[in-house]
Amino acid sequence: MMATALPSILTILPELVLATGALFLILTGAFQGTRSINLVNGAAFAILVVAAIATVFQTSETQTAFNGSFVVDDFARFMKVVTLLGAAATLALAIDEMSRQLQKPFELAILVLLSSLGMLLMISANDLIALYLGLELSSLALYVLAAIDRHNAKASEAGLKYFVLGALSSGMLLYGASLIYGFTGTVSFAGIAAAVKGGSGPGLMFGLVFLLAGLAFKISAVPFHMWTPDVYEGAPTPVTAYFAATNKIAAMALTTRVLIQAFGTDAAEWRQILVFISIASMGLGAFAAIGQRNIKRLMAYSSISHVGYALVGLSAGTQDGVNGVLVYMAIYMAMTVGTFGCIVAMRTKDGSVETIDDLSGLARSQPAFAFVLMVLMFSLAGVPPLAGFWAKWYVFSAAVDAGLVPLAVIGFLTSVVGAYYYLRIVRVMYFDDGPARFVPLSGVLRAVLAVCGIVVILFGLLPSPIVMAAGAAAKSLF
Amino acid sequence: MPGVLSGLLILPLIGSALILFVRGEDEAALSNIRYIALLTTLVTFLLSLIAWWQFDPANSAFQLVEQASWVSSSITFKLGVDGYSLPFVILTTFLMPFCILASWHSIERRVREYMVAFLILETLMIGVFVSLDLVLFYLFFEGGLVPMFLIIGIWGGERRIYASFKFFLYTFLGSVLLLVAVMAMYKSAGTTDIAALLTHRFDPSLQKWLWLAFFASFAVKMPMWPVHTWLPDAHVEAPTAGSVILAGILLKMGGYGFIRFSLPMFPDASHYFAPLIYALSIIAIIYTSLVALMQEDMKKLIAYSSVAHMGFVTMGLFSMTAQGIEGAMFQMVSHGLVSGALFLCVGVVYDRTHTRQIAAYGGLVHRMPLYAAAFMIFTLANIGLPGTSGFIGEFLSLLGTFRANSWVAFFATFGVILSAAYALWLYRKIIFGKLVKPELMGMLDLSAREIWIMAPLAALVIFYGVRPGVVLDAFSAPTEALLKTTGLALGAVKSAALMAP
Repeated sequence: MMATALPSILTILPELVLATGALFLILTGAFQGTRSINLVNGAAFAILVVAAIATVFQTSETQTAFNGSFVVDDFARFMKVVTLLGAAATLALAIDEMSRQLQKPFELAILVLLSSLGMLLMISANDLIALYLGLELSSLALYVLAAIDRHNAKASEAGLKYFVLGALSSGMLLYGASLIYGFTGTVSFAGIAAAVKGGSGPGLMFGLVFLLAGLAFKISAVPFHMWTPDVYEGAPTPVTAYFAATNKIAAMALTTRVLIQAFGTDAAEWRQILVFISIASMGLGAFAAIGQRNIKRLMAYSSISHVGYALVGLSAGTQDGVNGVLVYMAIYMAMTVGTFGCIVAMRTKDGSVETIDDLSGLARSQPAFAFVLMVLMFSLAGVPPLAGFWAKWYVFSAAVDAGLVPLAVIGFLTSVVGAYYYLRIVRVMYFDDGPARFVPLSGVLRAVLAVCGIVVILFGLLPSPIVMAAGAAAKSLF
Repeated sequence: MPGVLSGLLILPLIGSALILFVRGEDEAALSNIRYIALLTTLVTFLLSLIAWWQFDPANSAFQLVEQASWVSSSITFKLGVDGYSLPFVILTTFLMPFCILASWHSIERRVREYMVAFLILETLMIGVFVSLDLVLFYLFFEGGLVPMFLIIGIWGGERRIYASFKFFLYTFLGSVLLLVAVMAMYKSAGTTDIAALLTHRFDPSLQKWLWLAFFASFAVKMPMWPVHTWLPDAHVEAPTAGSVILAGILLKMGGYGFIRFSLPMFPDASHYFAPLIYALSIIAIIYTSLVALMQEDMKKLIAYSSVAHMGFVTMGLFSMTAQGIEGAMFQMVSHGLVSGALFLCVGVVYDRTHTRQIAAYGGLVHRMPLYAAAFMIFTLANIGLPGTSGFIGEFLSLLGTFRANSWVAFFATFGVILSAAYALWLYRKIIFGKLVKPELMGMLDLSAREIWIMAPLAALVIFYGVRPGVVLDAFSAPTEALLKTTGLALGAVKSAALMAP
């Protein structure tokens, strides 16, 4: 008995670590109250790191658990490591932010753990039930996280808005899933793939469209992006970072798996939908960000356009394309965490500031801080030799390989528009003379910014490690 | 085993790292920073001379090749030079010490960042000319935008923000189209190794698209009419050394791109689009010369004259004759020296009076005889007077074009007359006439530092005018090889056309 039970525990070890850790910390918090805040925060950070390490050391063979509804392959491991690292880094930002505030809710770290658990389930989901369970577990925790600063009207509004729209999208997703189940008679991705092979009727396509609509909401792709700027602006900055850096990655992994494994043989059908979503996201993200004054709103639109770029790779529907998506999301995570780390660091004596003009003259007063933000901005714009360039290289070259040259051209043209607003931030910091003087950065913030800056420069110069890991991960999906 | 070329890439980076380690903001620290930068550029220049010494000009193949694994098995870190690229490497390393010297006193704010930006820019510029992998080339080509953007934006003039954004976005727009073409070439040929791509025959219909994408990037960089409008803005607002680098090196990347990629890799498309290039070149030569005549700002005048001179380059390159190509290449080297020197001349008086308005000057010869002499040499070289380097390039490119298409050469010759008109007009307004303006009465002639800047450039301009073979020899072997392969390709197209009913 033991011999058969043991491997499946190893298969779900990272999830087990997160789940038991979260439950344990809830008890600690409930009994000790806010006195335990440092213990809970530190333990939660450690749990995320341990889960990431456990994922790294999992066997690279594809394994399943829970009767095949949960799968661990190289693809899942890659995305899980990226998600967990993003979660750990943003939790560090949140701990740093919390140390300066009167309100110290211990629930924040626990909610991060629970939503991360949901994301891991999403990444490993191998049937429609597991997909929905993972999605809802992470979403419910995220709704609360968005409104965790409950005395702030904006945060409450963000939480409510996110919840209402999120519930709507979950409904659409469920409707799509039920249609797919109705037309194929199975919920497992492999079963759906077998059913699709014989040709998909309009009913199945209908289900797929609804499913995609629900997923597009989670990755905040146009036309389901409306919540993004408001929620990004209203939620506390570290929570926003957590939304941008982890939730998107997990949702993108889920979208990739559904489309490639369940509907892979039907690529011609969903490709046109993806191409549309991708162009709309890139275009809207680029043009709508131009007028923004608030840096968090700007990053919201920037994240919409980056989802569009990642979808370019997925539109290709090939192994190279999935490879591109993986590289993109990993590099995007580092850039996003770094940028939001910089936004968290925008604190004056009177509190946090969020407008772009507040950065003016930063290059004089805090050169290292300004340099990191500049590197991140150029990387987000896709300028070589920074990591963001390789992210774009892999998704766009996959699209060109698949014959989607017009899509690649449109993508690059929007990236020129996008470069304008990233340059504007560089301009404010370096060209303008201003009074920017933020309080000195804490050690945690320094560490996060330094790591993100180094990652972006190092992978820009030597991209092969990340590309090789992503290549192996992409292979496991085909 | 790293060789000379990777040494050239690394040295400026080491210099900029050293500068970052200099502590303090006082005058002694700033002086140290300046000397470190100067020393770095000098050592880099000496190293590039070693590369020249090891180089065999009779060989048309890539030399001093270094290769290391990088991104994947097909995208590698590969360096090498041939007769086309080495002169530009040396031109880059040669101009850099002058840029540092020209910024010695004129840059007082944020000296550390300035020098670091310049040294990193040097690495990126050298990288453009020595990389033998298309992706690596793109990395350097586009990476150079960042330091130049900062140089214009931080240390530039009043409208620096507008100019820096225009510079960045124009060039970025051109380069992303180039990147799509790179991806398509990678798909078609399965490699991004330039040496391998040179022997790859692209499908003629694909060639046209690829050619257009490369053209979009290089035409902006060159710059060709009508996408030249970023150049006058960038030149006017950039600090003196930034203008020197812009005119001396960055503009040459466009021409280098044409000779390295467009002509040899897409010969059919180059042949097909040659009339387009001719037309744009003639418009550039005549129209921008006329525009230059109307300028009130010294730097703007020289900027427009650069556009006109680059018209000769594109015209010569696409004449696809040995004289035309070699003349165009020579014109680029010569223009790098001459326009760089002219911008330095502007910088000399700008440092003293802080105005670039032509009307603000007059009669400088009475106070600054040495300056007048140096300015004279460069003005005459800009016109293309025999005995200066400017003559050789213009004459050869006109000669080559005449053989290909006499009407094009006929119209282009007007550019020679017009360039004499605006350059001499500028010289007369600034140097001659009565010295009546009170603020010019106290002008001092060239300082020792400025003489050190002007003398080598003037000597070289005249030397190349008398002995052009030193540079031209480097171009002959690769040009011969280029014409042979493209000629074969064009011959194949023609015979295929004859075969078809």
